[in-house]
Amino acid sequence: MKGYNFAYLDEQTKRMIRRAILKAVAIPGHQVPFGGREMPLPYGWGTGGIQVTAAILGPRDVLKVIDQGADDTTNAVSIRRFFARVAGIATTTRTAEASVIQTRHRIPETRLRADQILVYQVPQPEPLYRLEPSRAAARRLHALAEYGAMHVRLYEDIARLGQVAISYDYPVLVNRRYLTSPSPIPAFDNPKLHRMAALQLFGAGREKRIYAIPPYTEVRSLDFEDHPFRPHRADAACALCGSRESYLDEVLTDDRGGRIFVCSDTDYCAGRAA
Amino acid sequence: MSEPPLLQAEGLCLAYGAQVALDRVGLALWPGEVLAVVGESGSGKTSLLNVLSGRSTPDAGTVLYRDETDASAEVHAMAPPRLRRLYRSEWGFVHQDPRESLRMDISAGGNIGERLMESGQRHYGAIRATAAHWLAEVEIDPARIDEPPRQFSGGMRQRLQIARALVTHPRLLFMDEPTGGLDVSVQARILDLLRRLVARHRIAAVLVTHDLGVARLLAQRIAVMRAGRVVETGLTDQVLDDPLHPYAQLLVSAVLRV
Repeated sequence: MKGYNFAYLDEQTKRMIRRAILKAVAIPGHQVPFGGREMPLPYGWGTGGIQVTAAILGPRDVLKVIDQGADDTTNAVSIRRFFARVAGIATTTRTAEASVIQTRHRIPETRLRADQILVYQVPQPEPLYRLEPSRAAARRLHALAEYGAMHVRLYEDIARLGQVAISYDYPVLVNRRYLTSPSPIPAFDNPKLHRMAALQLFGAGREKRIYAIPPYTEVRSLDFEDHPFRPHRADAACALCGSRESYLDEVLTDDRGGRIFVCSDTDYCAGRAA
Repeated sequence: MSEPPLLQAEGLCLAYGAQVALDRVGLALWPGEVLAVVGESGSGKTSLLNVLSGRSTPDAGTVLYRDETDASAEVHAMAPPRLRRLYRSEWGFVHQDPRESLRMDISAGGNIGERLMESGQRHYGAIRATAAHWLAEVEIDPARIDEPPRQFSGGMRQRLQIARALVTHPRLLFMDEPTGGLDVSVQARILDLLRRLVARHRIAAVLVTHDLGVARLLAQRIAVMRAGRVVETGLTDQVLDDPLHPYAQLLVSAVLRV
């Protein structure tokens, strides 16, 4: 597109972001600050993810964008169109055909390959922020790997409710070192983070942080020996494709309380129903 | 004593601008011994405690700590991770205000369990059982394990703080006015408890207090401080019954005898 550099950001900015990405990949799970730019969409709509995507896109890449698993929601459609316009690249809704997948709050059901990159949009990169209000203190806790407070939170859940009551953004320990927020993906998706073949990049635009999970890295969800991590899934089959393995959304169908469960991953669902 | 000291301080100096807090202070603490540091407000007691425990750095002087493996190290030369490890395992702290070490909105069990989880324990059942055991040790009904300290009385909070400090079986306890601000009957109960637990688990302790009664009940030895200096040290009974230094005599005679 005339008047814009390839993929919207100027080359200096892309280099700066790539340096942050390289550092993030070198220290799995560690949050690297970067000079986040203003993007033509509001904070909270994926400004971090979109900058990471812009920095890694090449002319031959094929981009897929999902929002809560769906290719057809506003956020997904507008980001996909944005890159089609400013980078002139091919886009797709098929997980298997994409080389770069930008996602908000889901990991695709289809297993990703080593030649793919998954880019997450992250609202809050600091997993300790509810426990430690000071960023300086939180950084010190990361430096010393002192994560007892997060286990206290799990302990309190089990003591009060009999189980851990974190259903999304469930904290993980990356490469046995850094406590990391997986972004608000459902806890159901956490096992997919572990030893994933694809590179996983996380961009937080408002907080100006980038972190990464390199391919085949160990990622463990925090738990207790006698209360192991258990991903939760609605006990139903998808009303469209009948899947009993995929993550389900509950959808209201009328004003009389009618409701169905459907796959949150639209591409997976369409592929099975076809 | 043939055993070397657990904690040995020499020539500690600390000044806040022109205000001298510590002036060439030296002391030694042997395993299983309770040492009381007494003196009036502003005499440098709390500064001494902070320097001994590595929370503030002296202008001069050394503090040597002999750890579980019998290796001695200078507290202020330790790397932060090592010092933090001491804080959550071999050392314990009891503050005057329980709020400083307790989380008021987390259950009593969580407060005690935090030290265990910080030390790497990952078995929920075991952590909970240990927490219940220590609640009983400090005479809190284990049925209240899921209540936050917000709902506890001042005395109970203080006992909970003691349980939290002792759960990792520390070898050394730092106490700053552990019974300050509590009424006399509650004080007596806590002192009784501390004396029993410290003796049973053979914990060494540095106790900072302005209350000579507390010092007499808990400590085997006393150091009297004035204007940043230790003016007299000795066995508790000796110092309290037959003080030598004029200031110590003044301090002892100032206590109301009932």
